[in-house]
Amino acid sequence: MIHRYLIKLSLLIIAAFTIIIFFKANMVYAAKTGEAPGRKLAKQAVKDSKRWSTIDHSKVDALNQRFSSGEEVTEACISCHSEAATQFHKSIHWTWLASGNKNDIRYGKAGLSVNNFCISGNAMEDKGCLSCHTSWNKKGVQGVVNCLKCHNTSGFNFEEAFTDIKGFSGDDDPEIVDIVKEIQEDVKTALVQIDFPNRKSCGDCHFKGGGGDGVKHGDLDTSLVKPNRKLDVHMGIDGKNFTCTRCHTTTDHNIAGRIYTNPAVEKRKSLIEDDLAPKITCVSCHSNAPHKNDSKMNDHTDIVSCQACHIPTYARVNPTKMWWDWTNAGKMKDGKPYVEKGPFGKPVYKSIKGEFKWDKNVVPEYYWFNGSLTSATIDDVIDPAQVVKVSHPVGDGTDPEARIYPFKIHQGKQPYDKINKKLVAPLLSGKKGFWTTFDMNDAIEQGNKTLGIPYSGEFDYVQTTYAFPITHMVAPKENALNCTECHIRENSRLANLTQLYLPGRDKSKALDTIGWLSVIGAILGVFFHGMGRIFIRNGKEK
Amino acid sequence: MKVNKRIKIYLYTRFERLWHWLQALMVTCLIITGLEIHGTYKLFGFQTAVTVHNFIGLTWLIMFAFFVFWLFTTGEWKQYIPTTQKLFSVIRYYSWDIFQGKPHPVQKSTGAKHNPLQRLAYLGISAMLLPIQMITGLLYYLHNDIPQFIPLSALANIHTLVALFLLNFLIIHLYMTTTGHSLFSHISGMITGWEEIYETTKIQDWETKATKKG
Ligand code: HEM
Repeated sequence: MIHRYLIKLSLLIIAAFTIIIFFKANMVYAAKTGEAPGRKLAKQAVKDSKRWSTIDHSKVDALNQRFSSGEEVTEACISCHSEAATQFHKSIHWTWLASGNKNDIRYGKAGLSVNNFCISGNAMEDKGCLSCHTSWNKKGVQGVVNCLKCHNTSGFNFEEAFTDIKGFSGDDDPEIVDIVKEIQEDVKTALVQIDFPNRKSCGDCHFKGGGGDGVKHGDLDTSLVKPNRKLDVHMGIDGKNFTCTRCHTTTDHNIAGRIYTNPAVEKRKSLIEDDLAPKITCVSCHSNAPHKNDSKMNDHTDIVSCQACHIPTYARVNPTKMWWDWTNAGKMKDGKPYVEKGPFGKPVYKSIKGEFKWDKNVVPEYYWFNGSLTSATIDDVIDPAQVVKVSHPVGDGTDPEARIYPFKIHQGKQPYDKINKKLVAPLLSGKKGFWTTFDMNDAIEQGNKTLGIPYSGEFDYVQTTYAFPITHMVAPKENALNCTECHIRENSRLANLTQLYLPGRDKSKALDTIGWLSVIGAILGVFFHGMGRIFIRNGKEK
Repeated sequence: MKVNKRIKIYLYTRFERLWHWLQALMVTCLIITGLEIHGTYKLFGFQTAVTVHNFIGLTWLIMFAFFVFWLFTTGEWKQYIPTTQKLFSVIRYYSWDIFQGKPHPVQKSTGAKHNPLQRLAYLGISAMLLPIQMITGLLYYLHNDIPQFIPLSALANIHTLVALFLLNFLIIHLYMTTTGHSLFSHISGMITGWEEIYETTKIQDWETKATKKG
């Protein structure tokens, strides 16, 4: 008799062990091999990071001369790199227009697009903006390409040097001639250090977009010139030390990554699926199942972007601007424009720009995002009764390409045309600009003219938002978000997102009520039944 | 009132007892971790709760298959065939007679381990609630790996509702174990295998008809 049960018992134990071993095997395997698959793949993809070159610019004759203007330098570059300027003229870095067609000026900072910072580039008429344009002497598209804007890695200020040289020209005082010669030698020494752009080259403009450090993006500021791993695992100098172009791949001087109405990348593909795709998404190097085998996290990648969890907050080192209100711009102290500083040592009021709010270590807002953004122009009719979304992520839960993605939403108030119900593009710099005249009405008049959009002459201020996808400042994996930042009933980071069932956040009120009533019913029933047994039966039995 | 002499009979085999307690442990853990996943409270932390829940859930699922196999090869499934005979006297017993100290109308025996009310309850649980819970749980677990023909919200809502029903069962079940001769006599029966019954109790024919071997 007993042996039959022993057999059954041992069978059961064997079964249990088989199951446990089966499920544990994966974990043990993953732990043994140590690395998450996504990490292994990515390391493989970048292991050959030593760049090599066949040129030593210090041995090139064309550069071994005394330059007296930027344009001459460019000519020297082009004497070897014959197609460089032609290519560059077609790129968005030159045209500042989203469309390749010169006459299509709808989207782009030189076109009708606006933001809620300095609002508009006024078709490159606003010369203040042009300090970031890649031409010599702020000439915009009328000028000659300034190759050194991006390829200068020496830190030498060429524009200043050439301005000095120009200032001294025609003077034959031997002392001045000597000084000029000296400057020209310095130019030469700096010039031969030209290289591919590094983080500072790109950052000189992109970390300071909107007129100052960290004003615009929130995930791009000067802290990324020399970040540590904790701030950015990819760019950290104690980590992978990536330059921007490691991910922002380039063809014909077109640098991947700009989003207007088209996504920067159409499909998330790994390099295994498509090794010539622009290597710009996380998936390219990390694949779409980057976590260890047994990990629930891999089940998230079809609707959650990597950035959503791996960038817990943005602006972690330098503050970023969250609010810009133009309404009170133009106030004077003793008849002069002034600046008022606030928290973080950052301005909270500037006569030329209005009121600001700054913040640090900011929790992003999350939206469905398929890679495209809406982009308002000064030709679009708005509803001033509502907050106007100057830029906003596109996508929803039913879109297979959409993911839940983190954003910085920059808010503010900016002028609009009260009669035509359109945003307007005030001219800021220059003699007729707001920064000189402090006359908003006239600045709008001047600014709209540059873009050929009529202005009624009456304006007011409207509240607006502008969305920046957060994708830089990826934190080390141990700093990625905990499940309960989202999977929690109250204060979930994804509280505003619909079109998904989020365990821990969601429940069916009706079914939960029925279920809990049955549980409470059971407890009460059991309680009274027990009481009944204690008091009534015991009494009877005696 | 006449007091009968009590004797002990060997009612639950080693396998049954082991399975019973293993299942009890697993279901309890599943309820505890499940309700944490549901967001009802914070205990182990969401991530641990999910890992533990999935691991135990899958283990239980596979073990249950072994149990079903055992049920059918041993014919023990017939213990769960519902009957209305004496069902109402059992109901009357628990809602009335028990307070008067009257004896249970149906005694346990190897041929009939469960009284008619138990049979009905256990059949409902084993044939309805548990399978629903397993299927919705498995579909929930595999949601990313198979065509998503049922929305996750529906799966999750049913899974939660049944979890609460099981909690309801667990409470009543636990309480009912105290209704034996002494508070712990049923529990010790499930631990040792030996249940106390009255010596004079005659096992009725209808009770064992289905399970009679021969
Ligand atoms: C007595 C048995 C079980 C109980 C009481 C139970 C209870 C629960 C509860 C209350 C939830 C939370 C649902 C929500 O709010 O979305 C849950 C989630 C879940 N259950 Fe169960 N469950 C049981 C069995 C199983 C089984 C057999 C499986 C299959 C493997 C399973 C898989 C899951 C999964 C996958 C989740 C979602 C959490 C996650 O994503 O891992 N459950 N369970």
